[in-house]
Amino acid sequence: MPRRTDLDSICLIGSGPIVIGQAAEFDYAGCQALKVLREEGFRTIVVNSNPATIMTDPGFADRTYLEPLDVQGVTAVLERERPDALLPTMGGQIALNLARALHEEGVLDELGIELIGADVDVISRAEDRELFKACVERAGLRVPRSRIVTSLDELGGLQTPAVVRPAFTLGGHGSGFAENRDQLRRQVERGLSESPISQVLVEESVRGWDEFELEVVRDRADNVVIVCSIENLDPMGVHTGDSITVAPQMTLPDEAYQQLRDAAIAIVRTVGVDTGGSNIQFARDRVTGEMRVIEMNPRVSRSSALASKATGYPIAKVAAKLAVGYTLDEIPNDLTGTTPASFEPALDYVVVKIPRFAFEKFPGADRTLGTQMKAVGETMGIGRTFIEAFVKAKRGLEGTLDWSPDNLHPWFERELEQAEIEEVRQRTETPVYRRIDSCAGEVEAASNYYYSTWGERDEAPPLGTTKRVVILGSGPNRIGQGIEFDYCCVHAVQTFRELGYEAVMVNCNPETVSTDYDTSDRLYFEPLDTEAVLAVCEREQPEGVVIQFGGQTPLKLARAIESAGHRILGTPFDAVDLAEDRERFGRLLDALGIACPEWGIARTPDEAVATAERIGYPVLVRPSYVLGGRAMRVCSGPEAVAEAFRGVHGPTLVDRFLDHAIELDVDALCDGAEVYVAAVMQHVEEAGVHSGDSACVLPPQSIDPATLTEIGDVVRRLGPALGVVGLLNVQLAVVGSDVYVLEVNPRASRTVPFASKATGVNLVAAACRLAAGELLAELGLPPEQAPRQVSVKAAVLPFARFPGADPVLGPEMRSTGEIMVSASDLATALAKAERAAGRPLPSSGSVFLSVRDDDKAVLPDVARAFAALGFRLHATAGTAEALRAAGLEVADVRKVSEAGDAPTVVDLIRRGRIDLVVNTPGGGAEPRSDGYLIREAALVARVPCITTIAAATAATRAIADARVDVTLSLQERIDVEADARAA
Amino acid sequence: MSGALLLEDGTVYAGESVGAAGSAFGEAVFTTSMSGYQEIATDPSFEAQIVCFTAPMVGNYGTDPGRCESRRPHARAVVMREARGPGWLEWLRENGVVALTGIDTRSLVLHLRDRGVMGAAVATGPYDEQRVLAEVRAQPEMSGTALVRDVSTREPYTYTQRGRARVAVVDYGCKRSIIRRLAAAGAAIDVFPHDVDADTVAKYDGVLLSPGPGDPAPLEDEVAMVGQLLGRTDVLGVCLGHQLIARAIGRTTFKLPFGHRGANHPVLEHRSRRVLVTAQNHGFAVAAAEDDGVTHASLYDGTVEGLALPQLHARSTQFHPEASPGPHDAQLVLEGWVAGLAA
Repeated sequence: MPRRTDLDSICLIGSGPIVIGQAAEFDYAGCQALKVLREEGFRTIVVNSNPATIMTDPGFADRTYLEPLDVQGVTAVLERERPDALLPTMGGQIALNLARALHEEGVLDELGIELIGADVDVISRAEDRELFKACVERAGLRVPRSRIVTSLDELGGLQTPAVVRPAFTLGGHGSGFAENRDQLRRQVERGLSESPISQVLVEESVRGWDEFELEVVRDRADNVVIVCSIENLDPMGVHTGDSITVAPQMTLPDEAYQQLRDAAIAIVRTVGVDTGGSNIQFARDRVTGEMRVIEMNPRVSRSSALASKATGYPIAKVAAKLAVGYTLDEIPNDLTGTTPASFEPALDYVVVKIPRFAFEKFPGADRTLGTQMKAVGETMGIGRTFIEAFVKAKRGLEGTLDWSPDNLHPWFERELEQAEIEEVRQRTETPVYRRIDSCAGEVEAASNYYYSTWGERDEAPPLGTTKRVVILGSGPNRIGQGIEFDYCCVHAVQTFRELGYEAVMVNCNPETVSTDYDTSDRLYFEPLDTEAVLAVCEREQPEGVVIQFGGQTPLKLARAIESAGHRILGTPFDAVDLAEDRERFGRLLDALGIACPEWGIARTPDEAVATAERIGYPVLVRPSYVLGGRAMRVCSGPEAVAEAFRGVHGPTLVDRFLDHAIELDVDALCDGAEVYVAAVMQHVEEAGVHSGDSACVLPPQSIDPATLTEIGDVVRRLGPALGVVGLLNVQLAVVGSDVYVLEVNPRASRTVPFASKATGVNLVAAACRLAAGELLAELGLPPEQAPRQVSVKAAVLPFARFPGADPVLGPEMRSTGEIMVSASDLATALAKAERAAGRPLPSSGSVFLSVRDDDKAVLPDVARAFAALGFRLHATAGTAEALRAAGLEVADVRKVSEAGDAPTVVDLIRRGRIDLVVNTPGGGAEPRSDGYLIREAALVARVPCITTIAAATAATRAIADARVDVTLSLQERIDVEADARAA
Repeated sequence: MSGALLLEDGTVYAGESVGAAGSAFGEAVFTTSMSGYQEIATDPSFEAQIVCFTAPMVGNYGTDPGRCESRRPHARAVVMREARGPGWLEWLRENGVVALTGIDTRSLVLHLRDRGVMGAAVATGPYDEQRVLAEVRAQPEMSGTALVRDVSTREPYTYTQRGRARVAVVDYGCKRSIIRRLAAAGAAIDVFPHDVDADTVAKYDGVLLSPGPGDPAPLEDEVAMVGQLLGRTDVLGVCLGHQLIARAIGRTTFKLPFGHRGANHPVLEHRSRRVLVTAQNHGFAVAAAEDDGVTHASLYDGTVEGLALPQLHARSTQFHPEASPGPHDAQLVLEGWVAGLAA
């Protein structure tokens, strides 16, 4: 059946900010879908609040909206664009939930918009536990014995051990095990509050059973193919996102595998997914062969991204074509060109995925793996054998693998015995490369997708004389190095291709757009370590290697690349070293006459304390060479300094901490001599909150023109002095009118996608042109000018995933993702940003205030602002007293640690009596302090909790002055800026 | 012990011998099925062939007597990138199957794909390359060689007497799973040798012409029998059985360059416009002809995958509805046929 002709325009919903369980895989899916839809001649509209995505680039859709992914935000877009159809299956759970909400609110009917890919009934049948169970049983299969619970009064008769799963949450969010009645009660309470419909499923525990997933694609003629089977090494009980997994499945005989296949097909049919990809998860008792159906996602997923990369079968692309009417026999396989999409992939290699965690960022958090996903990223290894693939994935982790699974299948146990020998072999022997062709060699395929192996023939080495660049990706996502670097790498590939180069990509993150074989001229799915990267360079003989777009990962390889005789394109490695070696950098700043906070280097705790005493407290203690503020601490006394030192290794920096400073981020371009200051961004939070976690505003709102000029001046001096050819990011602090440089990164920074979208200048493209030898003057960039609109970037934090860790902002970065919104004024932008970040500010109600001593002086101003907006003020005794003294009306609340019968602040929060919490934590770590309990309660009750005074002030302005703004697309906003420049 | 695969064109792939000692001669072919190694090794259609698995790891889940598709292995040798034991390796040795591991199977597959399948030998231990190659070249070609006699049952036997329809299976190298599936669908089954006469089987409600190894062209007696049978009762042909029907009605068959062997082959069913993902294992195919009757076509290379001859009450599929190993999409072909006989 050919493409539908009754549709002209299609709106696609993205998945919003990166959160645990919903990451770059949806950018990959969205990009593929948009590409297909545009090729098919549809007018495309995309809504996604995540600026670090490729799919939100102005060239990827006809209209791009960086708007909050809530009913209000998407409705505004739909009303404006009036698409014929909405495709909700590419944006993860967020998009499916939104589609359902839009339907329920009547928006889709009213505007005459058809849901394609999955309709509301399908979404409900797959997501609503009871309906899903009925579907599975209708297919003659079983789900674990279970019961729906909507209140704590319904626990009678339930058996333990059991699993508690809330309905409609991300990545199994809020799920947990209960070994006994007590735990059951606690898990159900938590689950009910996590579920947007206050519904949990308590089910028979299949912990320890083997876990399998099948990736299924179905078309509207009811053709079904299985793209890939995935086996979890960690049996049931560990979320699949936290499990090491392997594809294809390794341990099932054909008859058992076919049972899963039959079951998967039957379920897809009974749930009624008409078109597109689905993921179905099974538990199987290793001994009896008994099987349970665990869950189904009627959409592309993290697993489908993995399956696509594992097989070379682009599920999202195929799903998009199916959604607009094609059938599987009509869609050609990209890699072979001659076979159709109904040809199930056959693999002649093995793929292993290993998750990457970030527990070190959340001291106090429970590290036990369970049914709630905790991994922040993943790496995939491809090899001709299981162990080859496993070791490659492990090499790609860029960290140690701390893994001790329960009930590991004996087959894997035996295979893993060879891990050490295999690792030595991989690091010492020269690899050859093989193609991934989706058909095990059966069909001739001119595939550009390679992996390395050993002891075989090399396949299809690069030919021709076109000059090449090797672009190094950023490896697994982690906190501090996320999708924004993949965005940069993809733009680098695109730009070098435009410049006539062959762009060769090296990366090992299966979630990303950069590892889509469609992105580059050649893709090497390889770990980003010295051995792998040098082997690729040896094979490709590139004109240069591009390292400035992959975050810290490629920079660590720079020295080895240079010593192997390869050229680094753009900023030379020495600039990186100069910027990161604090002593060299200190001398440079002195020579340039640029101020920085006083600092010193310490190698022992005593030295650290001595340095701190010399500089004066408070100080910031951190190891040199960091990204994402690892192990960074603000210390206000000698004990704290000695304590902070204990957690780190090697030389440690002790910097004067500038209290109450305004922090700024600048992204600039430099061609070695000239500098273009592309974007100056002001942080909402003060210095002391990691720049990655702070909200930031572009253009800056409270910096006077003279200081801005000085900031520009500082950046203009730094670029050439460091020898930057490409991108440059400078972090500065302003105290009064004094400007201090905090940090310089002579590479693409986290803010590049945001800055590019806010200014309309593609910074990565410009940087690549500079790296290729062009001069700034030749790039035709618009004049440096602050944008007319106000854009805000806000961070999204994963605290809800890490019970036990204090949900507070600090110098250590903890956010997993970010959102971007733009508006015509600051207040409107801030209000929208909070909505987009999933914590909409209340417009009225009760606010609870509790601040550290340092903030007490300014608290009355903030409190007064809230009172003026009609908020009722609540505070504990001391604070209440102070506020009353300032003439404000305040209700007293009992502290948790105070004796008495009145409800405590935590009780009030739990009972929904508080609409907003402002709680700024005191210095020092105080686990289980009142402040911690308040913040945790707010987190659990989903009450917005503001942890800095600056953010509280911003919130009052946002609540007071936010207006209803016209929803503009990114394309229109870029035009506005161009007009403003022309005027 | 070292071992090697030697191809007729002189290409040699070195590996390690992990199966029975000695050497094996046959046609080197590859299968892309990712599971079911034991079923494949015992499938009579692999008679006189050396089977290379494209799946990189073979033997992971051991063996089970229930997975044998016939009484003995038929693949002369198996060639693997990574053989896994201990069960599978023991099974290979106990059953006298020559086996290699550590072979660069992908290079071998690309070679066979580009040059076509060819004669080959697996040698274990020290060997004289020229002598082995000479012997390879002296082996009969797959084209023109009749193999069914070597794999068919010698005597007729009754598999089950109970059933809603009486079915005769003519065993040209039948897989157990076909018989099992027919029985499960309600057929009472008698199995006959390849040289059974038409009158004997024409009395049944239906006759299933089984799959089997090799080229249908030299099977003149079998084709003649099918010619006599057609029209007298319902006939279903599978794989070789399909090719025999085609030849019996005057159509030609030809050798595919490297066959279809795997568990992922999409086939378009013309009547329903549905795609079936099928198990396949054949080196020869029925040539397309003007007078249609083609019910199924390969979405891979367009070759004929099924025929219907309503006047003669016959139909046939080139693919394997019994799967084993492989997907069950086409199972209904067998079940539907039995149901039709019973109706």
